[in-house]
Amino acid sequence: MSTHIEQLLQRDSFIERGARSRARALLDAGTMRELAGPFERLHSPWLALQQLVTSADDGVVVAKGLLDGHPTVVLAIEGAYQGGSMGEIGCAKIAGSLELAARDNRRGIPTRAVILFETGGVRLQEANLGLAGIAEIQAAVVDLRRYQPVIGVSAGTVGCYGGMSIVAGLCSYLVLTREARLGLNGPLVIEQEAGVAEFDAKKRALIWGLTGGEQRAATGLADACVQDDTLEVKATVARLFAQGLPKQHRSERADDFLARLARVDTAEQPAPEDVRNIYQQGDA
Amino acid sequence: MEQQNTTRGAMWLRLLAGGAPSAHDWAAVQVRDAELAGEPARYIAVVPDPANRFPRARNGEVGLVEGWQLAKAVQEVVAMDREAAVKRPIVAVIDVPSQAYGRREEAYGIHQALAGAAGAYAQARLAGHPVIGLVVGLAMSGAFLAHGYQANRLIALDDPGVMVHAMGKASAARVTLRSVEALEKLAATVPPMAYDIQNYASLGLLWRVLQLADLAQPGEQDIALVRGALEAALADILDDRERDLSGRLHGKHRQASRRVRELLQTQWEAAD
Repeated sequence: MSTHIEQLLQRDSFIERGARSRARALLDAGTMRELAGPFERLHSPWLALQQLVTSADDGVVVAKGLLDGHPTVVLAIEGAYQGGSMGEIGCAKIAGSLELAARDNRRGIPTRAVILFETGGVRLQEANLGLAGIAEIQAAVVDLRRYQPVIGVSAGTVGCYGGMSIVAGLCSYLVLTREARLGLNGPLVIEQEAGVAEFDAKKRALIWGLTGGEQRAATGLADACVQDDTLEVKATVARLFAQGLPKQHRSERADDFLARLARVDTAEQPAPEDVRNIYQQGDA
Repeated sequence: MEQQNTTRGAMWLRLLAGGAPSAHDWAAVQVRDAELAGEPARYIAVVPDPANRFPRARNGEVGLVEGWQLAKAVQEVVAMDREAAVKRPIVAVIDVPSQAYGRREEAYGIHQALAGAAGAYAQARLAGHPVIGLVVGLAMSGAFLAHGYQANRLIALDDPGVMVHAMGKASAARVTLRSVEALEKLAATVPPMAYDIQNYASLGLLWRVLQLADLAQPGEQDIALVRGALEAALADILDDRERDLSGRLHGKHRQASRRVRELLQTQWEAAD
């Protein structure tokens, strides 16, 4: 027991780090270079129009360097700024970097990418440009993953929602912590659209039980659920890169998922065990 | 069936793909193999299914099953033409009110189903299939990401009933802590926040906007106009060496997207 507490105290939390610090921690020491950084003053023109607080990096960090000696770009979303929401500039940073990583591969440079998701999805103050930008990120992930794995990580506490959860679903591998949540529609929005009986946004246990990192990993919608420990996150990302491309990406498994969904009893609302039962039965 | 035919999406699928038989016996995801410019093409639309097993996906929303069916319909096209020199086009007829909002949907991973659809469209485009998105009604949020937003070219009808957005007004107001009235007022002055197609067009994401004579009951001329635009889009895609979405970056309201890409390009190699 005492060693357990000691381990906890010595743990280097990943969650407590900001986006820039997370990116630096994943890359090999001394190799990180930030691109399109805050000194470029990339303030959102659309937030400024609405007299809202802007940020010189628009809440996204592009960090290029080496991971286990391999050329890697880490794209980290800052959850503490505007809920990690994705506007025009943040989307362009991620999509543009992935596009360059794919171009590198076509030129023989095996650049890989890690996306650190801490986001509620589209920034509604930039609505359609956020949505368009997310479509461009999706296009770029699908392009790049033809050459190299694209790995997504969501540590929490914001989690990964909205259009960016679809990006997570396109990643070759997905790493979550127990604190992270992954889903398309946030509980508040479901409550607004479908009523409190469909989803009570105050029921935290229900939200984590159905969409938390542990459940997502247990149901095969994520590849690993790790401790909130920087070394463990980095080691897991490195291990997944070492596996190379999956035989089939999760997003390509339409037949498997259709067969599973055909077995769902839709008369009742599912409990976490129901989802595990359906998704752990295999793909018969 | 009657309700299906009243949606814009169902109507345009019928007008464009005519009497071609359904490629699947699915209720919500309608797949028709018909011609475009005299060559085989696949037309796909999502229509309401009042008897949908998933109660939150009965009004034409893209839900769990719909997402994976869209993925399958597109994957089939890629598989059919794997050895073919000429890849058949895919026309996404877009009229989708939203993704399905529900507890079942989140529990079984609707994000993954929509990734299935978006990924399949993107893979088809990269494999050389010309993908054209025709917005004839609503193109909302995650539903649009799953069905149409990966197209090489987007065409929309100029119609008050045609709307593109990231979230419905009531929810968007709640999430941004504003009233619906305040949201509408802002949308009038901030182009990416607007719901109408003219403001959307100013973002540079659409290839063409089409003016029809009769939106509710399109006549021969209107149908010919839409068909002609699809054929022109097809020719434009075939003329283009690029298979990416870079054609969307030229709009007057996308300066920031261009500037960020220029900066990244300049700094990318210098960082090594």
